[in-house]
Amino acid sequence: MLTLECPYCGVWAEETELTPGYEAHLKRSGPGSPDDAFESYMFARKNPKGAHFERWRHAYGCGKWFLAARCTATLEVFGTYPAQVSGPTPGIIAKIRARRPDWEPSE
Amino acid sequence: MSTRLAKGGRLIDRSTAQGFTFNGRHMKGFAGDTLAAALLANDQMLVGRSFKYHRPRGVVASGPEEPNALVNLGTAARLEPNQRATVTELFDGLEAASQNHWPSLDFDVGVLNNYAARMLPAGFYYKTFIHPRPFWKHMFEPVIRQSAGLGRAPKDRDADRYEQAYAHCDVLVIGGGIAGLQAALVAGRAGRRLWLIEQASHWGGRAPVDGLSINGQPADAWVAATVAELSSLPNVTLRLRCTGAGVYDHGYVLADERVADHTPGDGRPKHRLWRLRAGRIVTATGAIERPLSFAGNDIPGVMLAGAVRDFVVNFAVSPGDRTVVVTNNDDAYRTAIALKQAGLDVPVIVDARARADGVLPQAARAMGIRVETGRAIAKVKGGKRVTGVALCLQAGEGAVQEEVACDAVAMSGGWSPVVHLWSHCGGKLTWDDAQVCFRPDPAQPPITHDGSAMVIAAGAANGVLDEAGLLADATAAGAAAAGIAAPEAPGVDNPTAPATEPVWIMPQGAPVALRSKMWLDYQNDVKVSDVQLAAREGYESVEHTKRYTTLGMATDQGKLSNINGLAVLSQALNEAIPQVGTTTFRPPYTPVTLGALAGEARGEIFQPLRRTPIHGWHEDQGAYFEPVGLWRRPYCFPRAGESHEKAVHREILNVRQNVGLLDASTLGKIIVRGPDAGRFLDMLYTGVMSSLPVGKCRYGLMCNENGFLIDDGVVARIDDQTFLCHTTTGGADRIHAHMEDWLQCEWWDWQVFTANVTEQYAQVAVVGPKARALLEKLGGMDVSKEALPFMTFADGTLGGFPVRAYRISFSGELSYEIAVPASHGLAFWQACLAAGADLGLMPYGTEALHVLRAEKGFIMIGDETDGTVIPQDLGLGWAISKKKADYLGKRGQERSFLTDPDRWRLVGLETLDGSVIPDGAYAVDAGVNPNGQRNVQGRVTSTYFSPTLGRGIAMGLIRRGPERMGETVEFPKVGGGSVMARIVDPVFHDKDGEKQNV
Repeated sequence: MLTLECPYCGVWAEETELTPGYEAHLKRSGPGSPDDAFESYMFARKNPKGAHFERWRHAYGCGKWFLAARCTATLEVFGTYPAQVSGPTPGIIAKIRARRPDWEPSE
Repeated sequence: MSTRLAKGGRLIDRSTAQGFTFNGRHMKGFAGDTLAAALLANDQMLVGRSFKYHRPRGVVASGPEEPNALVNLGTAARLEPNQRATVTELFDGLEAASQNHWPSLDFDVGVLNNYAARMLPAGFYYKTFIHPRPFWKHMFEPVIRQSAGLGRAPKDRDADRYEQAYAHCDVLVIGGGIAGLQAALVAGRAGRRLWLIEQASHWGGRAPVDGLSINGQPADAWVAATVAELSSLPNVTLRLRCTGAGVYDHGYVLADERVADHTPGDGRPKHRLWRLRAGRIVTATGAIERPLSFAGNDIPGVMLAGAVRDFVVNFAVSPGDRTVVVTNNDDAYRTAIALKQAGLDVPVIVDARARADGVLPQAARAMGIRVETGRAIAKVKGGKRVTGVALCLQAGEGAVQEEVACDAVAMSGGWSPVVHLWSHCGGKLTWDDAQVCFRPDPAQPPITHDGSAMVIAAGAANGVLDEAGLLADATAAGAAAAGIAAPEAPGVDNPTAPATEPVWIMPQGAPVALRSKMWLDYQNDVKVSDVQLAAREGYESVEHTKRYTTLGMATDQGKLSNINGLAVLSQALNEAIPQVGTTTFRPPYTPVTLGALAGEARGEIFQPLRRTPIHGWHEDQGAYFEPVGLWRRPYCFPRAGESHEKAVHREILNVRQNVGLLDASTLGKIIVRGPDAGRFLDMLYTGVMSSLPVGKCRYGLMCNENGFLIDDGVVARIDDQTFLCHTTTGGADRIHAHMEDWLQCEWWDWQVFTANVTEQYAQVAVVGPKARALLEKLGGMDVSKEALPFMTFADGTLGGFPVRAYRISFSGELSYEIAVPASHGLAFWQACLAAGADLGLMPYGTEALHVLRAEKGFIMIGDETDGTVIPQDLGLGWAISKKKADYLGKRGQERSFLTDPDRWRLVGLETLDGSVIPDGAYAVDAGVNPNGQRNVQGRVTSTYFSPTLGRGIAMGLIRRGPERMGETVEFPKVGGGSVMARIVDPVFHDKDGEKQNV
């Protein structure tokens, strides 16, 4: 059972306080977009082994959505950060690289 | 025979006798005994029958790894099956019964399986009983179920209570032997918040039994002093009878504390399940002795050498007058020495190794005990009890050289570190050739959130099986867990090393006649020959062999013999043991009773119950409730002697003819407010909400990004920047979360707040032709057609209550929904009842609500929708804006399969004979699919008897339905026959909506 630090209220919340929101930094594909773009937005998840960006909501706490960078293989948490960004922040990338020097963001 | 010795027993109190029964026989033991010790003291060596062959079985171990001595403990509401007698503390009045035998333990008919054992090899069931199919269900399975199995499941409601508790600590040490105590002492002295838990009812583990001396004092004294110091530290919590059951992510540990197993009925919770969150976990869980694989190693009287020592030293129980010790290591010599010191006879120590000249073998020889090296047991003689052993050469094929009479055999195949907790959350193992065991690989520990090692193994659990390095290893583990430099470690003054050699089959060239009597898994009756058969049949993966033979799948999860089993497999496959690997270690380490996992969440507090302000009134009226989410809503209000069906019909007709009252408080109510609120709702709903005038209501549909309908409800515009969105009862929390998700994560620069105010308001639907008359009697605001037309709302007072009156209808009748602050809910409801007494007012429930809406063709989320239905399927195109550039689901709905004209679409269904189509029925089509099943062309979504129309009505999704008005479709019924129905308009009642617009 994971613990993640809520970047808004500073609480180390355990998984029972959180609801998962799956992969972060998806780019919404709205009306008029081509089928492959919409498919990628709706269905094509990266599911990497290693560093991964996820959405979590501190549902039974402050209610805010936040993002977490986590290793799917080891359950390490590189860091959490507010959800109001459109891609991984330089800060979180630095935190991942501190422990995974060879890591490259996938696209 | 096994008996109680006149002297000794470090854990028993001879001044306190305790009476108990086994299979109805009265026996006596002492305080401090385990049930197994007390049974042996009463010469009850035979304690059960094996799972498959019904062979007689006796106590083999002395701890939680025991595979044989499983009993039904207690009776009736305190009956517990499969309790291990070796860890069951004796108490006065304990009642135990043996399991898996018929008609009795001593005479078991099922033992016939034993004589047919050659016909019952591994995979026997799979191979034999597959065909003919009906035989399995009606013949083989009932017979096998009767003959196989363990204890009986209790039938009564559990008389005990269980609780759960949370705790947090910097360091959790699991295991209270000398390694765990030393690790705890180091971390405790460093000031860390520390928990130390031990599964047994006493501290110290094996060291006092083994006669170790630490820093010049006997182990018992060192343990007592260490526990005393730990107890004095304010940062330390100590728990006995508390098993570390599972290690999970980020330092989460489940520990099962058996608070009152040994004091049943004293008012305390039986178990307390600790949900611990630890910074670092030290596993000082020791090691478990392995049996040796020789023919007849399951006959009662054959026990682990360490267990024999435990029974003699801890409980002064002798398993037999003459005990043969058989071993592949030095440690078993301690048992021979302990037996000799207790005045018992050890005719011979059979040592499979070529040489035995360590400290312990020398000491044994010095006591005059005969030691035979290079020798093996060819066969144990005896049936329900050991009568002797036949000796042979370990290097040979089992030619008997000598027979030795004895009544017990103490065996040791070496020790396996308890690596379970290390492995639960990803810790890897390494094979230690020198010590013949798997041990934790310190380079691959389970890791925690910051990437550091979460678990640190200590002592024997870390593979330190020689006592010289034991306490230094524990000291290092405690220091690492506390994050300090390791202080000086105490030392064991009389260390030994086991010098184990690999001996997996005894004798090494045993023929099949012997191998088919060598038990690996005692509880599941898996033998050396079964594993070898699995290997021959191609089960090369250890995981496959496990499932084929059931090796290690019993309640003991292979604690004794999994290593023996995979060593046999590796030999059969001609591969090294580490290449074969281990099966996965999964929590819990030992069984945790379901009561502890449920904790307090049972009966009335199984889950939270949501109650409307009017709930108590419903209960007083004898309402029949149905669960809707966490709410309980009245299904109907039956009168004395009235069936639920009749009550529903009465309530419906009364709504149509007079006026009905519905508690609609559970309806979701979400305030959406801010300068961008209209823009936000235009994205959320398929229709346009930003254009809704203040004071008006509009029906809206919400879809997910896939385009599928997820919720519906009426939106009211309160003021320029404020909307109130009604959701379905079950959808309120989900839709509120959905709104927050999009607001926070996608449109975070939009200025909008949301608030879920569902429970802030009670809402009462006043429905029926006399609804206006009722409200006018209450008085206070104008509710006329002109002042409050359909799909509007107004704030005001009614009967003196502050209200918001919505003119909306889910029944097709003249209808108002009146929202009042929750605190006024019950009073307002009662005011309505009083005012409506002479108008024929009746409350109605959810079933009437459903039928009323179905008569009008209104959809219900969850009936007409199932997560694959788009609004267009339901004829709700009118509620979808064609002008908006975007809304959630718009892109999804553009996909080709959602615009396919062949989609199943909503229609009404009118049965030709007036009957009711069964719930969930499918409309069949011509032809069959590749599975030979009838093709289908639609299904029913809502189906009821309509008392208004006096016939069955239904709605359903039918292929191209709206284009096929007047056609007849067939709905087969379960059990034969069909209902024929005509496709019609889904609005059955008042098609022009005249009644709701009056």
